[in-house]
Amino acid sequence: MFFSGFSTFSILFIIIGYILIKGVPYIKPSLFALEYNTQNVSLFPAVVTTLIMTFLSLLIAAPIGIFTGFYLIEYASSSNKLVEVIRITSETLSGIPSIVYGLFGLLFFVTTLGLSFSIAAGCLTLSIMILPLIIRATEEALLAVPNTLREASFGLGAGKLRTIFRVVLPTALPGIFAGIILAIGRIVGETAALIYTAGTVPQIPKNLLSSGRTLAIHMYSLSSEGLYTNEAYATAVILLIVVIGINGLSSLIAKRLKGDLNE
Amino acid sequence: MKSKTFEKLMEIIFLISASFSIIAVFLICFFMFANGVPAIGKIGILDFILGKDWSPSNIPPSFGIFPMIVGSIYVTIGAIIIGVPIGVLTAIFLAKFCTKSLYRFLKPAVNLMAGIPSIIYGFFGLVVLVPVTRKLFGGTGNSILTASILLGIMILPTIIGLSEAAIRSVPKSYYEGAIALGATHEYSVFFAMLPAAKSGILSSIVLGIGRAIGETMAVVMVAGNQARMPNGILKGIRTLTANIVIEMGYAADLHREALIGTGVVLFVFILLINGLFSVLKRKVT
Repeated sequence: MFFSGFSTFSILFIIIGYILIKGVPYIKPSLFALEYNTQNVSLFPAVVTTLIMTFLSLLIAAPIGIFTGFYLIEYASSSNKLVEVIRITSETLSGIPSIVYGLFGLLFFVTTLGLSFSIAAGCLTLSIMILPLIIRATEEALLAVPNTLREASFGLGAGKLRTIFRVVLPTALPGIFAGIILAIGRIVGETAALIYTAGTVPQIPKNLLSSGRTLAIHMYSLSSEGLYTNEAYATAVILLIVVIGINGLSSLIAKRLKGDLNE
Repeated sequence: MKSKTFEKLMEIIFLISASFSIIAVFLICFFMFANGVPAIGKIGILDFILGKDWSPSNIPPSFGIFPMIVGSIYVTIGAIIIGVPIGVLTAIFLAKFCTKSLYRFLKPAVNLMAGIPSIIYGFFGLVVLVPVTRKLFGGTGNSILTASILLGIMILPTIIGLSEAAIRSVPKSYYEGAIALGATHEYSVFFAMLPAAKSGILSSIVLGIGRAIGETMAVVMVAGNQARMPNGILKGIRTLTANIVIEMGYAADLHREALIGTGVVLFVFILLINGLFSVLKRKVT
């Protein structure tokens, strides 16, 4: 058992350590050039695409997810049939593998809606994918808000909407925020759902309908082409740093949240 | 009066948002089945699912995905054999044997493991695991074994997280009762608490199976991807997910539809596994 625990964590450290050691020497300023070409496989366009993709997906999924949480917790009674259906569907969504999302995005957004391989198709697909994460986080955060707060607000004569936005939401915000950060992590690391929706063009996208590759796809392309292994290592380092940062941030928030509740 | 209509309006907006996930699931099911099922019908459901020959560019082409179904099942079983014992034991360690200060350090490590993108796991598999298995066992290194090891690592955080929660939710009285009867700490944990946490641990394994079967990029990079029946643990293999991702880029007509059909088969697998998971979860609560 100690051995198992030990091996689990040593695997993690081997993975991180190996990639850092192999990759850090290849992080050079030239990797951040504006243009991608065969002499210099710059990852800067991929960084820009990743940022755009993350921002747009959250722009779509965050309001929908948070509002769904509001509806489930603040409005619907728990015996409501609709609530059960919503719960089951959002659980189903969280279990669907990313390649199925990719296929669906290809069939629906790319082909049927005619968006072609584009940022728009990619982030629509991703926003469906991260929706259950945000719903779950919002639900848990809202449930953790003590009922006395709501009652006090009602008692002071505030309406339901006012209570939600002025009293409940500020209290639940850190929890919701932690969920959104997890969603960012998911977006940054996603590959299979994006290859056939956002495409793999390695340039900074000109508009919503042009194709672009995120960092994760960039790394997949580099390592499957096999010509730029060093650059793939460097991309892996940057991806890892982003992911570690995101995780640290979300556990920091979670810790503060717990501290607040204990007080 | 005005604020009342506004309240009503916002409630309707919330309701509409809430129905998005229903619409999404419906759309996904509709588009997958509407595009995949006709192709399966055209090829013939038995020829498609049980056919052992996948050669889409032959004349006439043949679209049998049985090797891929077997491939997916093999690597999933391999991942379970490797990931479950390590994962469950690590969960027991985290829940019952490790000190608080160590736990504060190890728990975020498990979360981090869950957050590492699959492409990084795949890359690690490609540059480390593949050469190592090639050296130790011969062959090309791109094999069922390599894919199983990598997937076993990748499902660890899922199994650890849920199993630990299951062990922690066992009432303290079980443990205290066993101690009072003269059992040691280890004996109480393994023979009093573990059986009580059984269904929680089982559901973590089911979720791990779902993860392993649906994993794409990491498997593509280490499994070799030969679309034929595997005849040995050191031979390469192609999974359902890999089949889609590798050929979708250039497929056309019936070939393309057959790939979507592959997606449908995968989707049905996942729906079954998720159904099993929620049945188990309901049993726990």
